[in-house]
Amino acid sequence: MERIVVDARGRSCPEPVILTKNALEQKAAGYEILVDNRTALGNVSRFLTHAGKTVKVEEQGEDFRILAE
Amino acid sequence: MENRFREKLPLIIGGGIVGIIAVVLVVLGNPANMGFCIACFIRDIAGAVGLHRAANVQYVRPEIIGLVLGSCILALGRKEFSPRGGSSPVLRFVLAFGVMVGALVFLGCPLRMVLRLGGGDLNALVGLVGFIAGILVGVVFLKKGFTLGRTHKLSAAEGVVLPVVNIGLLVLLVAAPALLLFSTEGPGSMRAPVIAALIAGLVVGAIAQRTRLCMVGGLRDVFLFKDWTLVSGFIAIFAFALIGNAVTGKFTLGFAGQPVAHTDGVWNFLGMTAVGLGSVMLGGCPLRQLILAGEGNSDSAMAVLGMLVGAAFCHNFGLASSTEGATLNGKVAVVIVLVVMLVIAGVQTRRQKA
Repeated sequence: MERIVVDARGRSCPEPVILTKNALEQKAAGYEILVDNRTALGNVSRFLTHAGKTVKVEEQGEDFRILAE
Repeated sequence: MENRFREKLPLIIGGGIVGIIAVVLVVLGNPANMGFCIACFIRDIAGAVGLHRAANVQYVRPEIIGLVLGSCILALGRKEFSPRGGSSPVLRFVLAFGVMVGALVFLGCPLRMVLRLGGGDLNALVGLVGFIAGILVGVVFLKKGFTLGRTHKLSAAEGVVLPVVNIGLLVLLVAAPALLLFSTEGPGSMRAPVIAALIAGLVVGAIAQRTRLCMVGGLRDVFLFKDWTLVSGFIAIFAFALIGNAVTGKFTLGFAGQPVAHTDGVWNFLGMTAVGLGSVMLGGCPLRQLILAGEGNSDSAMAVLGMLVGAAFCHNFGLASSTEGATLNGKVAVVIVLVVMLVIAGVQTRRQKA
């Protein structure tokens, strides 16, 4: 079981959430979603929380790394 | 469950304030059920600067200026001002043009559709069903991988263009109104005082920036993710506009004789189908495009320009409906717009690797 990385930087909502949803359909130990704006950060985090995942966020310069498992 | 309600609370409060402000603007002089209408107001601005010559719909609406600047100021304050763009700008222009055609055949943007519902206008209910149909079609393409491509970070100068243009419009409105064309009769002549309209726009712009309120995004998220957060703002606007209209005696239930509306059901439906589909493809309703443009998003600024030019074409070529109903040119245009949107959606949908 490995970690799935989704690079959603530069994608406008709802695309980051759709990419995240598609990623969740493949079972993995963890997920890492990269986004570059606060709207996407909020939407993806909310989606992951509702999907029952534990969410951690790391700021990387102007980007955000959302870690979920 | 409690947590989910807490997520919705800002949208319910924000939407409620928007609904009340919309009713107050009508009391202060705006046309009925038109406290806010992004499509109508952009159309009025197009007329005021002479892009079209429909004498009854020309005015520089301070609400629009306020919305863009309210969003811009709050985004700057919260360090969320982020100039970006470059995601298929010309396609966005074309889609926004089409959204405007659909909106002016229906006679209102999604926000005014909700306000019309709150005023008892049942034609807006037909529009809502068409709007939902358009969103559902858009959602199918989104699920299959529709995208207009990635955005890129751009210079601050690119990001401030639309806010600066709006400051320019405000200066013209206050200092040199003689240069502009203003309606002396019809909807364009019905207006709340400049200062009230500007403040209303600033407040709603700030609320919409903060809550990311979006008419199309709300329904889209329900169909796509079963997420009712964003749509709760939409419902709050309806509820509070309904209460406001009831209190001020402006609620009249029915189809016939509704203010700035027509009873041509098929074209109310299809006009809003074009608005729903085009807005899903653009990532947000006309209101949301103004707010994003205020945050420095130049893709949304392109969409605003597309709506401005679209509005001018609507009146120069007789596409916009009147209270008599949709025009032949308008009907043909809506069909063409729907076909063009579907072609763009098909071309921009690439199957994502599983």
